[in-house]
Amino acid sequence: MGKENIRTLFILMICLGIFPFFVRSDYYLSIMIFIAINAIIVMGLSLLMGYAGQISLGHAAFFGIGAYCSGVLTVKFGFSIFAAFFCGIFLSTIMAMAIAIPTLKLKGHYLAVATLGFGEIIYIIFNQLLEITGGPSGLSGIPSIHFWGYSFKGGVRYFYLVWAIAILLLIFSLNIIHSRIGRALRAVHGSEIAAEAMGVNVSRFKIQVFVLSAIYASIAGTLYAHFVTFISPSTFSLFVSILLLMMVVIGGGGSIWGALLGAGILTILPESLRAFREFDILVYGVILMTILLFMPEGIFKGLTLSVTWMRKKW
Amino acid sequence: MDEEKMVTLQPILETSRLRKTFGGVMAIFDLNFTVMSGQIKAIIGPNGAGKTTLFNMITGVLPPTGGTIQFKGSQINGEKPHRIAQKGISRTFQTVELFGNMTVLENVMVGRHIRSGMGLIRSGLRLPGVKREERFILESAHEKLEMVGLTPKADEPASGLPLGEKKLLEVARALATDPQLILLDEPAAGLNETEMLRMAEIIRRIRESGMTVLLVEHHMDLVMNISDEVVVLNYGQKVTEGTPEEVKRDEKVIDAYLGVEIEYA
Repeated sequence: MGKENIRTLFILMICLGIFPFFVRSDYYLSIMIFIAINAIIVMGLSLLMGYAGQISLGHAAFFGIGAYCSGVLTVKFGFSIFAAFFCGIFLSTIMAMAIAIPTLKLKGHYLAVATLGFGEIIYIIFNQLLEITGGPSGLSGIPSIHFWGYSFKGGVRYFYLVWAIAILLLIFSLNIIHSRIGRALRAVHGSEIAAEAMGVNVSRFKIQVFVLSAIYASIAGTLYAHFVTFISPSTFSLFVSILLLMMVVIGGGGSIWGALLGAGILTILPESLRAFREFDILVYGVILMTILLFMPEGIFKGLTLSVTWMRKKW
Repeated sequence: MDEEKMVTLQPILETSRLRKTFGGVMAIFDLNFTVMSGQIKAIIGPNGAGKTTLFNMITGVLPPTGGTIQFKGSQINGEKPHRIAQKGISRTFQTVELFGNMTVLENVMVGRHIRSGMGLIRSGLRLPGVKREERFILESAHEKLEMVGLTPKADEPASGLPLGEKKLLEVARALATDPQLILLDEPAAGLNETEMLRMAEIIRRIRESGMTVLLVEHHMDLVMNISDEVVVLNYGQKVTEGTPEEVKRDEKVIDAYLGVEIEYA
């Protein structure tokens, strides 16, 4: 995985471990929980975009499938939380394969178009299946997570649970990046024709990574549903898919750490702009544009470059 | 070529009535030719003679319009490029196709892809065996870098190398797949005199280690120097075939190619 990554991971875990001891406010804890949930999706997207070079405009739909599977199956059908969670993963996997197998065998950005359509279809289904999903007014009463008699209801406990899962997925992603699979993916990004000539089955790896990213989003969906205990279709609209893409771009596509950073910044930013009242969206836009103008490769790369530049200067 | 070697030679690659048309243009027309195992064979011909098209058909990038390609006795036309690579054919590209976003060493490590087998889940969980395989990949990649003399540049980004070293890196990457047949598409194009000598030396060493080399090249000195046999193509057809001496004397070649215009592209 590399010494640098292990050190960063260690620091991150310590910071997260002591965070609840210093911050007791439920508000800040819930923001941190949302960061973890977004980070899980964005890590998957970052593998897909930054490493396999493909764009998905429908990841909010996989997020939604995870959330609705957990919500509907536990509330209406009496499934256990675990069973509902795996149903979500299973359904996301099937859907992702159905989209990816025909489109990723083609060259070009067909996946973006297919996922755009898929996202809209799922969004409409969430809205129209009134008896099951509750339609536009949403589904409430989703139980909070508990197993072996231990409840994860409180903010602090859920904070640890969500971040533990996020860190495990982060380690999994880092392992992939630093393996022959990760190299094959980056090779596809560098030169598809050469990767093929080296024996890399390009379409197979693209499909695998897309399915993996859908599973990440589904996991995040389950964690979201059991935390908020209420879900409605608007949380899983096209706008959210685009916001998730923005997190990858702002953080920096080629790095899993960038994904974490992007998820963090774009989750905190709208909250911290409340002071601007009705101008918040304007300020938000200006900040995003400034970041992209001055750090076109994302904040992670941008910061790394400015640190080395400052070290040289002084 | 010495007589004794001739006797043990076996065909490793054979094309039969191979044909490729783009619309109405015949890029390759009913081409029959054979590469013997252990040979260095060169394909020469003017630009547009169909040399790169031929390479692309052998490696599966382009499907042939007609005819067959046999590798070690089994038909490979119509197979996907990655399947053909697994069977033991590797290549370099005329327009350098490196993974510019990776280091020199990592480029060669990608070449080990088909000689290793850890999948997504096992790699992600870092199950036992992953680390050992990773070490094998690394060792072998270093070995190939050593062979082309790029060891000092191992950790540099591939995109930053000068052209001559990029060409060498492509060769190292192709070697990392442990091919039986290696196709070199203009390995000396854009190289200076010293770099060309180094490339010639490396090509000879590749053959010595038991591989077969098929190359397309415009530099006649290099071709005539290192090749056991030369095929001359023009307008997608074979003009002649033989040892460098025979080809140099052939009048059809002088007419079609050497006599009219010598290219040092």
